[in-house]
Amino acid sequence: MDRERVPAMSGRPVSLGADLDLAEREAIAPPGGPSLATMPSARRSRLGAAARSIVRTPSAVVGLGVVIFWVLCALGWPLVVPYDPDAQDATALLALPSPAHLFGADHLGRDVLSRVLAGSREVLLLAPAATLIGLIGGIAVGLAAAYYGGWFDEILMRVMDAIMAFPFIILALLILSVMGPSARNVIIVIGLGYIPLTGRVVRAAALSVRDLDYVAAARLRGARGIEIMLTEILPNITGPIVVEATVRVGYAIFAIASLSFLGLGVPPPSANWGAMINETRLYLTINPAIVLAPTLAIGSLVVAINLVADGLRRVVRG
Amino acid sequence: MSPRRSPAPSPRDVVARSHGAALLAVEGLTVTYRAATRLTAVRDVSFALKPREAYGLVGESGCGKSTIALSIMRYLPANGRVAAGQILFAGQDLLGLSGSDLQRLRGAQIAMVYQDPGAALNPSMTVGDQVAEVFTAHRAFGRDRARAATETMFESVRMPGAADVAKRYPHQLSGGMQQRAIIAMALAANPALLILDEPTTGLDATVEAAVLDLIAAIRNEFDAAILLISHNLAVVSRVCDRVGVLYAGELVEEGPTGELFTSPHHPYTAGLLSCVPRFGMRKETTPLVPIAGRMPRLGEAFPGCSFAPRCPLVRERCRQEPPPLFATTSGRQARCFFWPEVPSLHVSRQPARMEVPGVPAATEPSERAALLEVRDATVHFGRPSHPVRAVNDLSFTLHQAEIFGLVGESGSGKSTIARGIAGLLSLNGGTLSLDGGDISRPVEQRARAEIKRVQMVFQSPEATLNPRQTVRQMLSRTVKALTDRRGDVLQERVDELARLVHLDAALLDSVPGGLSGGQRQRVAIARAFAGDPDIVLCDEPVSNLDVSVQATILTLLANLQEQKLVSYLFISHDLSVVRYLADRVGVMYLGSLVEIGPAARVFAPPFHPYTETLLAAMPALDRPSPPIRADGSMPSAAEIPSGCPFHTRCPRMLGAQCREHVPPWQQTAGGHAYRCWISPTDLTQRQQRLWDDTIQQPEPDVAEGVA
Repeated sequence: MDRERVPAMSGRPVSLGADLDLAEREAIAPPGGPSLATMPSARRSRLGAAARSIVRTPSAVVGLGVVIFWVLCALGWPLVVPYDPDAQDATALLALPSPAHLFGADHLGRDVLSRVLAGSREVLLLAPAATLIGLIGGIAVGLAAAYYGGWFDEILMRVMDAIMAFPFIILALLILSVMGPSARNVIIVIGLGYIPLTGRVVRAAALSVRDLDYVAAARLRGARGIEIMLTEILPNITGPIVVEATVRVGYAIFAIASLSFLGLGVPPPSANWGAMINETRLYLTINPAIVLAPTLAIGSLVVAINLVADGLRRVVRG
Repeated sequence: MSPRRSPAPSPRDVVARSHGAALLAVEGLTVTYRAATRLTAVRDVSFALKPREAYGLVGESGCGKSTIALSIMRYLPANGRVAAGQILFAGQDLLGLSGSDLQRLRGAQIAMVYQDPGAALNPSMTVGDQVAEVFTAHRAFGRDRARAATETMFESVRMPGAADVAKRYPHQLSGGMQQRAIIAMALAANPALLILDEPTTGLDATVEAAVLDLIAAIRNEFDAAILLISHNLAVVSRVCDRVGVLYAGELVEEGPTGELFTSPHHPYTAGLLSCVPRFGMRKETTPLVPIAGRMPRLGEAFPGCSFAPRCPLVRERCRQEPPPLFATTSGRQARCFFWPEVPSLHVSRQPARMEVPGVPAATEPSERAALLEVRDATVHFGRPSHPVRAVNDLSFTLHQAEIFGLVGESGSGKSTIARGIAGLLSLNGGTLSLDGGDISRPVEQRARAEIKRVQMVFQSPEATLNPRQTVRQMLSRTVKALTDRRGDVLQERVDELARLVHLDAALLDSVPGGLSGGQRQRVAIARAFAGDPDIVLCDEPVSNLDVSVQATILTLLANLQEQKLVSYLFISHDLSVVRYLADRVGVMYLGSLVEIGPAARVFAPPFHPYTETLLAAMPALDRPSPPIRADGSMPSAAEIPSGCPFHTRCPRMLGAQCREHVPPWQQTAGGHAYRCWISPTDLTQRQQRLWDDTIQQPEPDVAEGVA
């Protein structure tokens, strides 16, 4: 196109150079207070805001404390357990709680407290791994469904609905009995089972962002699907994803415990909470402490994680 | 449902009880909010309303006007507090009232109308029930009497179809009707004071005009005093007797409306008046004078005058000593040491001759080559059986280096066609050719060379930038995608773009959260110009900005256009802005063009009756508006009327002809055409008379400033 052929315009708008420069000077050095332009980068202030918000909420602080306690347990249980979790003591079968055995001993004489502390490692390894699989799968599904929309979205979501229609435990039973129970298979099953749920949350969040002008601007520079999903949409929906992930970890812990309870988790003799409950429930009336201990462990961890998730939700919302 | 109480006092009783004191007296009001620290939002504001008076509070976002309204109603949020001052209503101290007294007062003696009518109505009750509730709660009517009174009330607020509306739910009403319902609710209790907080800001121009007519009519029929809060000077001048101008939480000027807007006594008021494009101003002849500097942040403290950083008359004294309110002339006050100099400052900025709609001007037809041809473009949404026809058989040509203004209300399809041209939407029919080459494809299917030629600037500064990326990242990405520049050359280009839009280089590494609305739009403009486009589609780029920032961005856009010789498709609902910038204009209604031509010709008779109602609907500072109104509101694009789409609302409808047959294009001089059954000679005759009679010519010498 030959721009030289265009006839010149009859008048000139007043050049704004001077006034705009003045405007700029005001923007960097305002009369008082720090300029917003010199604020620390967005990421640091978001983490700071998250931390401040959690600290202000007592329930979230309690939750965080409990979670940290269990994480430390998982990391360092060999240093603090009074007994070897697998050591059987024939003299202390079904021992009631005492200074020697704080939560008693089970039907094989193993110290319950030690087993509970040791069991935290397995749970806290498996649950985040499973959640991660669910998260990655869910993000892929959710982003794609939201971005492409139309038939693709419909079909994908109906497939997800179909998977969710199966009661999760039944699905897990099915798959694990075919594949055989092992740590790896448990992670895979739980992860796959959580893809539809996470996918739904991601899709909803992505839909709220997809029609914003900056996504349209990205399309206008020629960006295609994957680039837009990863650079424009995903970074702006991390809030709901983080909350969802936290809640999922809680559910994953519960699911792992349930599967172990049913005998489909990691095979014995490893100390895991669900299996412990299964083994000792017969003796509930004789020695309740040995059943309560793993139960309280599961309960406290799941509730604590949900309290932290609530605290995070408050940051995300406001 | 509250039990029946004794009826609220009528305004006359309230006034009588006050023994002649002002109806509402705000004295030394200071309101603070607790954020990280305690921020002062309103500082020592005092004003008074007499009974039945209409008072306007004018200011931009963050000046504290809504805070004042909420303080009067004692409805501040949890972190807000009245730190000092008092509010007396008919002699009664509002700030000391108990809860039950306050409940009796609110809704009964003081009523409030909010900006978003949809959000102020309970979605699960019919509007009739909601209005009736006010009658039963505050005026102790029985159910039947309340129902009858509701219907009378709907008629008083000129609600179309008053008899049936009572049974409908809020979502079944249009925005204008919802706002009338809210006004009905507010007036039902016969309050002594009616507070309106930006009541027409979300409404279309024609609907806004009708609601303003209503408010003006209410003053005659009801006894209420009115406190109108708005950022729009023209709206306030239409309705109010007196005006107070707020800046940074302080009252900087007060006085009778007419005088204040013709001869301001404070530099901020003068600045506001000079930076708003008023109808008739052209970028070549009357440049906008933006207010230098930036809006003060909430709670920002100043050692001297709060306006000093931006004031053209600033002296040393202003920076050190906060000025008090001076009584300037009778009934007027201004918070400025040097107020006598303001009238001449204002006069020096006024155009020597300002054009008025109705005065035809000579223009030269466009001799430029065609750049983009839109032919029979059609965009439909929704089900094929019952589609929403957003754009119907639209044809126009965009020439090189031309600003084409596209005007219409919401629902006219102007944004839709812009997105279609950009390729963000697919067209259901029609073609787009750019320099002869067909580009009627979605953007994903266009070549890079085609993509970089057509770019867009969006409306909302909040949504136009990715909140998680820095400015530099966004611009780099765009430059990388649209050009071959890499590495250092790329970064040089980014710096160049920042200079182009006068964005300080230090801001390149901020995220959008650290930028003001004006700065964000500048980044958006820089992004649009990153690939050296030929066409920039501007979709309401200044509509969401503060008035003082609009002028800066408009001037920037005008300068860039001239510098780079690009073409703009400039979309706006604001006719003054379009008149200011555009060379050619198209007026859209329900997806079709109803008028097209050079800007001066489109806005001079003969113009399409719809254009006429748009012009008449513009509240203007310097002229009364002719009483031409479109009936009702725009029908939905799913049910476009037969024949001429405007016939259901047209004040000049001829009859069956308009209803049954689509009108032809009528051509007049210089490439101007409109679609109507009325011939140009007939239309010119009728319109010229009407517009000449009702328009006052601008005073030849405005130098009547008061010293």
